[in-house]
Amino acid sequence: MKAPRAKSIPPKVWVGVALLALALTLLPFVAAFAGQAWVRILNFAMLYIMLALGLNIVVGFAGLLDLGYIAFYAVGAYVYALLASPHLGIHLPFWVILPLSAGIACAFGVLLGAPTLKLRGDYLAIVTLGFGEIIRIFLNNLNAPINITNGPQGVNLIDPFRIGSFSFARPEVVLGVAFSGPQKYYYLLLLITIGVIVVNLRLQNSRLGRAWEAIREDEIAAKAMGINTRNVKLLAFAMGASFGGIAGAVFSATQQFVSPESFGLFESIIVLAMVVLGGMGNISGVILGAILLTLLPEVLRYTMEPLQNALFGRVILDAETIRLLVFGVALVAIMLFRPAGIWPSAVRKRELEVKGGAA
Amino acid sequence: MSVNPSALLTATGIGKRFGGVQALTDVSFSIARGEIYGLIGPNGAGKTSLFNVLTGIYSPDSGNFTFDGAPLDRLKPNEVAERGIARTFQNIRLFQNLSALENVMIGRHVRTHAGVFGAIFRDRQTLTEEAAIEARSYELLDYVGVANRANHLAKHLAYGDQRRLEIARALATDPKLLALDEPAAGMNATETKALKALLDDIRRDGTTILLIEHDMKLVMSICDRVLVLDYGKKIAEGSAAEVQSDPKVIAAYLGGEVTLNLRRA
Repeated sequence: MKAPRAKSIPPKVWVGVALLALALTLLPFVAAFAGQAWVRILNFAMLYIMLALGLNIVVGFAGLLDLGYIAFYAVGAYVYALLASPHLGIHLPFWVILPLSAGIACAFGVLLGAPTLKLRGDYLAIVTLGFGEIIRIFLNNLNAPINITNGPQGVNLIDPFRIGSFSFARPEVVLGVAFSGPQKYYYLLLLITIGVIVVNLRLQNSRLGRAWEAIREDEIAAKAMGINTRNVKLLAFAMGASFGGIAGAVFSATQQFVSPESFGLFESIIVLAMVVLGGMGNISGVILGAILLTLLPEVLRYTMEPLQNALFGRVILDAETIRLLVFGVALVAIMLFRPAGIWPSAVRKRELEVKGGAA
Repeated sequence: MSVNPSALLTATGIGKRFGGVQALTDVSFSIARGEIYGLIGPNGAGKTSLFNVLTGIYSPDSGNFTFDGAPLDRLKPNEVAERGIARTFQNIRLFQNLSALENVMIGRHVRTHAGVFGAIFRDRQTLTEEAAIEARSYELLDYVGVANRANHLAKHLAYGDQRRLEIARALATDPKLLALDEPAAGMNATETKALKALLDDIRRDGTTILLIEHDMKLVMSICDRVLVLDYGKKIAEGSAAEVQSDPKVIAAYLGGEVTLNLRRA
């Protein structure tokens, strides 16, 4: 029996993919013209894509409102920080810690999921919000009696990602091209982000993805159709948390410094906003949401003061204030005019393959 | 009551109370393999409660079910579905924002196995299983007559088509017993006629049917036996002809001694 093969892909698509790949390869150098800060912003955009995609599994697919998602990011970040820094004197390689981070975050996902299985909507939101805060407060206070997390000072001097002696933290000239640290990290992040996107696409179009969506649509009907909602929900928490853990580990390696401050409630809300705004349940929409919500505040940061100078001859509101104001108005406007998100999910059309002989 | 070995489902002394309301009192019946078994009664008689107790949404306060030779005690709804009882709902409960095809594919969940690793790595086994799920789901959509709407969202289907889609989704779980809660509700005469043909096909293809229905014409023309509930109690059981001439049934429906001509209804 032959396994069914994917339909042949038209050449137009390959050209598109090639152009996209070229654009993504050149992007950090284009961004570098505007300053290395923009390369860092691109890197953050990719971290947020991973986070938003992870949260999308829980919120978008399974329909479970999670306000403490950043806790898994924190767990992943601290796992890397503790296993690759002078703080505990352990220096494991990146590729060993990455699956560990994902695994430990996954365990925390199950830990959060198990007691909240019967909760939905607002009630679940409150519990997950509490969970997120618990993790952050633990990280803040686990410096006594035994110093595990180094408390509010955070963990410093975390090992950067390196291949042999080729460290991603410092600039270098490779084959006559000068790469800065953030530019090198860009490619690492791009690789991992593409991996995360592929896994998400495959999960969505699978038996499991359909079960998640069934629970989101109607939990009682899903149960009556034989879906073990307990296991499937736990799996959604576990998978979502794993992606959070992966993003956390990469964040640690990129920043080489973590502190509990990075994992506050506001971060959870921003990631949730990315999912809702982009288009809950639609992977492309969520990616778009993550990119927009990462770039928009930065663009505003750099444009608001020159704009005011040009218009009024002086700065009336400082950039930081107006940035948040415009950001907030934009969010409200999108929710008013596109309540299902900027890029909502559409019907997934399937064409039955005409089968000759064995199916 | 002794358990009849040829029966697919036997209910013994089922009771269920909600606060002050005794929804079901000592209800016993048995359904033979291959028959269409009707469940009728006035509004509030406990028909849907009986469905919910049978399919594990509620657990009974007393009594028990024996299904296909084994007890059905304290099983969760998904375990009941796994054992081979599939149901539809009185107020249609489709997965509204998924396509008709995906709705049926979800019904295949309980008979398939792919997990996280299969989903991510798409090994040969998963791909084969996925293709089989899709092919079988198309087949079922075609069987109930909504194949031309496969790629439409469930919520965009016409009412009658939604009812049929719900039946297709239930059939996707390969049930031994198909429990239908008012499948003809809201259907016009033509749609009801088509539904009757569909139910005949389902029975002919070997699935036993438990049918709650208010359309007496449909019940009387298709059911082999009928159980009548009133205020949570069984008041009559027998062939359609026996039941419709039973004075207790007539009294329950019309509140007095009136001749009920169900053939003309």
